Amino acid sequence: MAEAAESPGDPGTATPRPLFAGLSDISISQDIPVEGEITIPMRSRIREFDSSTLNESVQNTIMRDLKAVGKKFMHVLYPRKSNTLLRDWDLWGPLILCVTLALMLQRGSVDSEKDGGPQFAEVFVIVWFGAVTITLNSKLLGGNISFFQSLCVLGYCILPLTVAMLVCRLVLLAEQGPINFMVRLFVVILMFAWSIVASTAFLADSQPPNRKALAVYPVFLFYFVISWMILTFTP
Amino acid sequence: MAAADELAFHEFEEATNLLAQTPDATTTRSDQLTPQRHVAVAVGSGGSYGAEDDLEESDKAALLQEEKQQPGFWTFGYYQSFFDVDTSQVLDRIKGSLLPRPGHNFVRHHLRNRPDLYGPFWICATLAFVLAVTGNLTLVLAQRRDPSIHYSPQFHKVTVAGITIYCYAWLVPLALWGFLQWRKGVRERMGPYTFLETVCIYGYSLFVFIPTVVLWLIPIPWLQWLFGALALALSAAGLVFTLWPVVREDTRLAAAVLLSAVVLLHALLAVGCKFYFFQPLPPELLEPPHQATAQPPNTLLPPTLPKSMAT
Repeated sequence: MAEAAESPGDPGTATPRPLFAGLSDISISQDIPVEGEITIPMRSRIREFDSSTLNESVQNTIMRDLKAVGKKFMHVLYPRKSNTLLRDWDLWGPLILCVTLALMLQRGSVDSEKDGGPQFAEVFVIVWFGAVTITLNSKLLGGNISFFQSLCVLGYCILPLTVAMLVCRLVLLAEQGPINFMVRLFVVILMFAWSIVASTAFLADSQPPNRKALAVYPVFLFYFVISWMILTFTP
Repeated sequence: MAAADELAFHEFEEATNLLAQTPDATTTRSDQLTPQRHVAVAVGSGGSYGAEDDLEESDKAALLQEEKQQPGFWTFGYYQSFFDVDTSQVLDRIKGSLLPRPGHNFVRHHLRNRPDLYGPFWICATLAFVLAVTGNLTLVLAQRRDPSIHYSPQFHKVTVAGITIYCYAWLVPLALWGFLQWRKGVRERMGPYTFLETVCIYGYSLFVFIPTVVLWLIPIPWLQWLFGALALALSAAGLVFTLWPVVREDTRLAAAVLLSAVVLLHALLAVGCKFYFFQPLPPELLEPPHQATAQPPNTLLPPTLPKSMAT
């Protein structure tokens, strides 16, 4: 309800009129109601969001995380140029994959030979320290990907190799022989190529163009070592 | 006039005055090491001091690297300066290490006083893994021919390979650098290399062993020794040609001792790797079975040898 002050008209028309000069002539009278409610729509939504994750059942929480992990698995299996892996990174998927791989790759406790396959801890260390080293390398070379995003991508792209491990274990149940080895070799090479394609689809864009090969080569070495561990696994 | 000139240049020279201790630096143009910087710097600014031809390049490099002095060793940017290389530069350095030429100093021509840590680190990692993998592959191939050999993944060799290669590629340059620093007083013309340049020299010189190790899969012994000798010659030649300009002003004895120690250590590494990772095949596979021969030096296959020798 503003009462406008009456400004006298311009004494002379020679001076230019200021902007919005006519506004001062408006007076708002009582018979035009200016009223309403001012609410901030965000506030109620935030309150609702907070309480929903606290009060929801455990099953809901777990299923939501599992669905997120599963969605990312799909993105790895069908690599497209999408940002889902990078935007909402999580490390649950890499942990599940690494533990599965390490459990399947470790030699049994009855095998007391000194020169057997890798132990659980060795696989775990190779995967995680390898991923950390590659991430540090790509950051030092000037890449603009964050630390955990890169760890997330590298961890998720182990999925094809874990599938290869499962297939190899199944194939090893059959009789040993050169055909057995050829099948395993073919599967491992295929999955190795798949891993590389999937991870470079996500990681290559974050590097300056004249250093892409320098950043991709350690990824190649990393998956090569994991593939070799899978291929040389003997039950 | 001179005073006016000095006044006119004053604000421009302030930055370079941090480097130039004395106004006439013609005679004191030696590479100096400052504690924070890891690149050899030629003291002296501008062309007015009569730059020597072969130090002009490092002069420009010194002015460029002035700005890189700022990050302390606790910042990320400090370590980022060691990875400031492009793909083409790394490939060029690898080519330079593969083909050593007598007049061609690796540090001056290829590194251009900008050592990087990418090459040494990843070449060592690749070499360690390739050693372990091909060592295991020779065992697989040997088992094909002689099923009595027990095959195992031998994963512990990865650890051994990694530790050996990394210790060699970092501790030996440290010792070499320390030795060269100690003998610094004897030299006038050429300063010693910085620690990172020494690490670079060693790291890139190990590259030639990667294809050699892969070629060692071929199970013909004399061919393996030929490849090994070739790789060792190339690698050691690269090291010697790079170290020669630094060492030749020293006394004869010191130079000879240093160079022969470098070559000897390199040879030791090559031969040690050959014997540990590529066990010679049991003699039965190379000679007729009825001939009894000496046992191979490795003790990893003792349980199976008596069985195969009994045929």
